[in-house]
Amino acid sequence: MTQLPGLLDTEAIRKDFPVLDRLVHDGKKLVYLDNAATSQKPRQVLDVLAEYYERYNANVHRGVHVLAEEATALYEGARDKVAAFINAPSRDEVIFTKNASESLNLVANMLGWADEPYRVDHETEIVITEMEHHSNIVPWQLLAQRTGAKLKWFGLTDDGRLDLSNIDEIITEKTKIVSFVLVSNILGTVNPVEAIVRRAQEVGALVCIDASQAAPHMPLDVQALQADFVAFTGHKMCGPTGIGVLWGRQELLEDLPPFLGGGEMIETVSMHSSTYAPAPHKFEAGTPPIAQAVGLGAAIDYLNSIGMDRILAHEHALTEYAVQRLSEVPDLKIIGPTTAEDRGAAISFTLGDIHPHDVGQVLDEQGIAVRVGHHCARPVCLRYGIPATTRASFYLYSTPAEIDALVEGLEHVRNFFG
Amino acid sequence: MYQEVILDHYKNPHGRGLRDGDAEVHHVNPTCGDEITLRVKYDGTTIKDVSYEGQGCSISQASASVLNELLVGRELADAQKIQETFLELMQSKGRLEPDDAMEEVLEDAVAFAGVSKYPARVKCALLSWMAWKDATAQALGGADAERKTA
Repeated sequence: MTQLPGLLDTEAIRKDFPVLDRLVHDGKKLVYLDNAATSQKPRQVLDVLAEYYERYNANVHRGVHVLAEEATALYEGARDKVAAFINAPSRDEVIFTKNASESLNLVANMLGWADEPYRVDHETEIVITEMEHHSNIVPWQLLAQRTGAKLKWFGLTDDGRLDLSNIDEIITEKTKIVSFVLVSNILGTVNPVEAIVRRAQEVGALVCIDASQAAPHMPLDVQALQADFVAFTGHKMCGPTGIGVLWGRQELLEDLPPFLGGGEMIETVSMHSSTYAPAPHKFEAGTPPIAQAVGLGAAIDYLNSIGMDRILAHEHALTEYAVQRLSEVPDLKIIGPTTAEDRGAAISFTLGDIHPHDVGQVLDEQGIAVRVGHHCARPVCLRYGIPATTRASFYLYSTPAEIDALVEGLEHVRNFFG
Repeated sequence: MYQEVILDHYKNPHGRGLRDGDAEVHHVNPTCGDEITLRVKYDGTTIKDVSYEGQGCSISQASASVLNELLVGRELADAQKIQETFLELMQSKGRLEPDDAMEEVLEDAVAFAGVSKYPARVKCALLSWMAWKDATAQALGGADAERKTA
């Protein structure tokens, strides 16, 4: 067994994740390397979900009966856990959504309907980057199309990093919002937040950070980031699907208009007009994903019990090992940074001329689950002139032995199509 | 899924490269990024040539090679029967065991039976066949060809 400094006790951790024991394709051990798509769920989260429905299920913020009060306490307790997890100054800055896409769409729509000084209109500019997930591209394209605002973006360097050489021309006095990814889901790049935030603050632009691939893997401190909005999703961090988070600075959430209207988000309603509840409820119309929020709270408890700094060290050690092992595979080319420096644990690559769908299918026959395709970041594939990539991505339960299995599997793929 | 026949066609494709044609189409499979540019050349209702260029997974590329091998030299009506039989096989979700009659019609193309079990890959196998159908409709012109190839 390969021993690397910084590794977690994966033997113990893996016992918490029932699905990792699954055998696939006639008895092959599952090697799950698709964690950037979604993580597996530990028993501790699955139990809390079952317990919620078995003992507490009720709608929140409405009834006066026991279950309603308990369900509300659990739901709001999850908000406290999220707030502490990201070091939010106030729990009222944590908005529950259904996923990171909804969080990012919410920001775009707040700004589209906002009054001055936040309003995005035909005289203003929106800035994103070429390495964004489609969820941080399309909402801004929609906003630009609907308001006449100009959409601009940072390009990429050949080694998979943001090209900030023209930052003063990209972010200007006209810029209203800069939205970018903290850790790329396709390249693995960890972006230099400070440089971008400093320039945005110089010109008075708001900053929105997509932390979907960061929140599961490293300590996240929204105050240290100095952003105005931070979005992420629960299912990539051991939580259930159907729950996402938007954190926003309190004064902004007070000033900005609601997007979805409905129950829960109001103060009073008449047939002529309504007034709104204070944030975060102003942005949570309708019955929220209650069990999912409670499940996310349990996932945060689980991650905290291990420690985000230790998870980061574990994945860094694995990434170092993986880039080294993958570089030994003939014809393999990593798309993105080729070292573990400023890099997350998602590694995309091409393997000679073999199409990623063929790579993924033959790996699957060996029980190895990876993602193939453009990873909802098609502009990155266009930038590097490739139709698609194969992506292996790790998490707290991933092991060096699984990386060995991947490398062996890739050898098999090469022989098969060679 | 990866039958030897499929790999052979992938590694040594038949009739690859673009040649003279009566119509050209470009089809893509957005889920994989597979692409094909395909031309058809007719002599009356006889298929004189199907030429193509493309990039993509082994399934999509091998399928185009098989198509070339099967269809060139055929009468349009026979080719349509082959195309319909192949479509039926690919839409069978792995539940159709090709019999002798089907094998006689499809020849090497029966090797794709296993692909029909993988919904994500069926489109790869059908890409060139849909392109051929489209190009044929264009080459033979207008509503008449549409009806003939429908």
